[in-house]
Amino acid sequence: MAKKERPIQGAPTARDFKGDVNPDWCPGCGDFGVLNALQNAYAKCGRGNHDHLTVSGIGCSSNLPGFINTYGMHTLHGRSLAVATGAKLANHEMNVVVTGGDGDGYGIGGNHFIHTMRKNVDLLYIVMNNETYGLTIGQASPTTVVGESTKSTPFGNIETPLNPVAMAIVSGATYVARAFSSERDQLVELMYNGMQHKGFAFIDVISPCITWKDDEIFDFWKERVNFLENHDTSDKATALEQAVKDGHDTQIGLFYHDTSRPSLDQMEPVLEDGPMAHQPLGVTPEQGAAIIQRMM
Amino acid sequence: MAKYDFVVAVGGAPGQGIETLGKSLGQFCARYGLHVFTYSAYQSLIRGGHTFLTIRISSEPVANHGDEIDLIIALDRNSLEKHIPHVRPGGALIYNSDDVKKQAPERDDIQLCPIPYKEFSSGIEERKLQRACLNTCLLGTALNLVGADLKVLEEMIISAFLKRKGQETVDANITVATAGYEHAAENFTPFDTQFVKQEPALAFGEGNGIMAMGGAAAGVKFYCAYPMSPSTGVLHWMAANARNLNIMVRQCEDEISVINMVIGAAHAGCRAMCATSGGGFALMSEAIGSAAMMEIPIVVINVQRGGPSTGLPTKTEQGDLWQLMGASQGDFPKIIVAPISIMDGFDTIPELFNLTDKFQCPGMVLSDLTLSMGYTTFDPDSINWQPKIDRGELITELGQTEGEYLRYQITDSGISPRAIPGTPGHVHVVATDDHDEDGGLISDEFTNPHKRRDIMEKRQRKMEGIVKLLPPPTLEGPEDAEVTLIGWGSTHSVISEAAQALTEEGIVTNHIQFKWLYPMDEDAINEVLAKSGHTIIVECNYTGQFARFLRGETGFKANGHIRKYDGEPFMPHHIVDGARELLIGKTDLYVPYQEIVV
Repeated sequence: MAKKERPIQGAPTARDFKGDVNPDWCPGCGDFGVLNALQNAYAKCGRGNHDHLTVSGIGCSSNLPGFINTYGMHTLHGRSLAVATGAKLANHEMNVVVTGGDGDGYGIGGNHFIHTMRKNVDLLYIVMNNETYGLTIGQASPTTVVGESTKSTPFGNIETPLNPVAMAIVSGATYVARAFSSERDQLVELMYNGMQHKGFAFIDVISPCITWKDDEIFDFWKERVNFLENHDTSDKATALEQAVKDGHDTQIGLFYHDTSRPSLDQMEPVLEDGPMAHQPLGVTPEQGAAIIQRMM
Repeated sequence: MAKYDFVVAVGGAPGQGIETLGKSLGQFCARYGLHVFTYSAYQSLIRGGHTFLTIRISSEPVANHGDEIDLIIALDRNSLEKHIPHVRPGGALIYNSDDVKKQAPERDDIQLCPIPYKEFSSGIEERKLQRACLNTCLLGTALNLVGADLKVLEEMIISAFLKRKGQETVDANITVATAGYEHAAENFTPFDTQFVKQEPALAFGEGNGIMAMGGAAAGVKFYCAYPMSPSTGVLHWMAANARNLNIMVRQCEDEISVINMVIGAAHAGCRAMCATSGGGFALMSEAIGSAAMMEIPIVVINVQRGGPSTGLPTKTEQGDLWQLMGASQGDFPKIIVAPISIMDGFDTIPELFNLTDKFQCPGMVLSDLTLSMGYTTFDPDSINWQPKIDRGELITELGQTEGEYLRYQITDSGISPRAIPGTPGHVHVVATDDHDEDGGLISDEFTNPHKRRDIMEKRQRKMEGIVKLLPPPTLEGPEDAEVTLIGWGSTHSVISEAAQALTEEGIVTNHIQFKWLYPMDEDAINEVLAKSGHTIIVECNYTGQFARFLRGETGFKANGHIRKYDGEPFMPHHIVDGARELLIGKTDLYVPYQEIVV
């Protein structure tokens, strides 16, 4: 995973964001498409490698920061959003992107998922949703459909999967999209726009697992995904209506985009003097005297 | 001048303004230059139930709530009935005579001071205000008995209520305070020893707030928490001061989020801190190890309350030592410190941050309810707002590294220079998986055993550096002593007072108090312990957590133990009685009986 920051000549390209380690994902995994799109989206931002921080949890897809040439944090299982929130609030000038899987984000990290959206932290969160726990060799995940047999549900899953897009819309995310790992152009655009969005941007990416769900790979999804068209992304009720639609087809595209609500860092007066991490430390004698005065 | 040492206690129901009264009296004493320590025995209720606040006032610095109560102020009938036996002979009891329906309280060895509050407050029209002023009235009476000046109380009423509540509240409070004061002058006998004003005037504050102040002085720029008694005062102080000191303060959805946000903020370059109690700390455990693995410096405060589980939310204990020792899987460098007084809490935070920054590891502070929710007075000039801030080997600019940057470079000290994200030329990934020098995951290489050994040894080498910088405890009191009392953390003052009392009665006693608990320098500590007499370890838990830990680290086995785990803190005589009993030699464990039950 050695990372040497190569000086970027001219405008950065996706190549500049390629890590020195090759992904150890199974050949044909949907996550390759996501990684490639993210490298392109980073390049499109036009900033240096050191201006980006890629944060992940644990799982197949959470290995991603190791394969990308930015600052990275490979945190605990389910905790990436909390860590990323701390990092963003400490230095809000950094572009902070969080990546992970459905087990990491919707299962063990479910509480952080809801609350980070509620707080509208200025992050881009990309979930590579393959509806399974891949790295633990194929158990049911929070997005596994009813009836599906897995190692942990050998007689068929009886629990209703959650709907991440609908959850995001009602929980307070201000940029909510679904994408498909093979639809690269759309994915790059959604990622880039999500990075530019000031607030919590969320993309649930259908990223098929070639190993544990080999009956639901590319042809299966290719045939099902439909581009969301003629849709008013500014209207929450319409977005939710689209998000909860049942049926054979799965809609991909931008569901909801709210540009009116300020992000958490924009709401914080303590950041007016610049990033927290760059502010002077400690208490001045005058501040100290004022504190003591109130205690007398 | 003889030492002045006086204990006042206030009993009443939550919502009757006991805390306000306690704070008023504490501030009053502080302005008089008198030293104060308070202990509040309270319950996890917002209304109903019972609260008993003990305020010890002394002409010398004081840090425990003492043995005897000279004066009790009973704000309701329940307190009156409950606490009559707790006044020392020759003491006094002030109560609202309206609370006495049939039979007046009986005790012929104390002074009973009934106050006809209804009569004194008849001029206050608003019922709620009338009820709220009771405590000020009885405080007026108390101040007369100790010979204090009513003027100071008037000033305090004005500063407490004029802006917040208005003139009507101020007038009502002053009227009843004066009535209570004058009634005492005419009807009751003042105490023999009286308040004497001293210089300088002191400041007065709560332990949690003072630890938070230490954090601010240390350069904490990021603080977050989930509310949990008895640690919430740190959050309240930080939130109140966030904007004037420019500190990012956040309340999180749970303690798991808290610690992970702290780790994120610390990695991005802030000094970051959080506080919780045992249950919240349990949720943080996994992430403590991750901070050590990623080598990110953080400070976590654990304010202990009675355990296990939800336990005793409003009672004290020293029962989390082993939780901190064992928090998170695997071996990793860490530092554990237990401040030995409220004011030591202020100094400890910057000291710990300098160590965690230098060694890039988690630092944990073990406080407890007694220390964190106790109030103390202090000399304002004793506060060092500019402690040394040493951020260790930090890289924040391009060009600080020659050649290739390796985040986890193997060094003799085990310390690898830490580049802050956003710094050009030092892009790297930190990982909770074990990794090699450049951050690459070892498990990706089919777990290379040589790399694993190297990186493990690199991290653990930091412990050798840490242990050299932690001062061993000192032996306090006479060198040659019959008895050596050993304690840790918050019990310093109470043990010290017990040692003195034992010495005065002929059992020469000295005292060792541990502050830096982990890592422990075996040789240095054995050297201190070698000078000890009949050794007794005093701690607030059932199993002797510190005694077992000390034995494990140093091989030292104490002669006897005094342990308390009933939720109430030690009083000096509990330890004195215990030492006497243990010296007889029939037992090696003494568990004191708690006389005052709230």
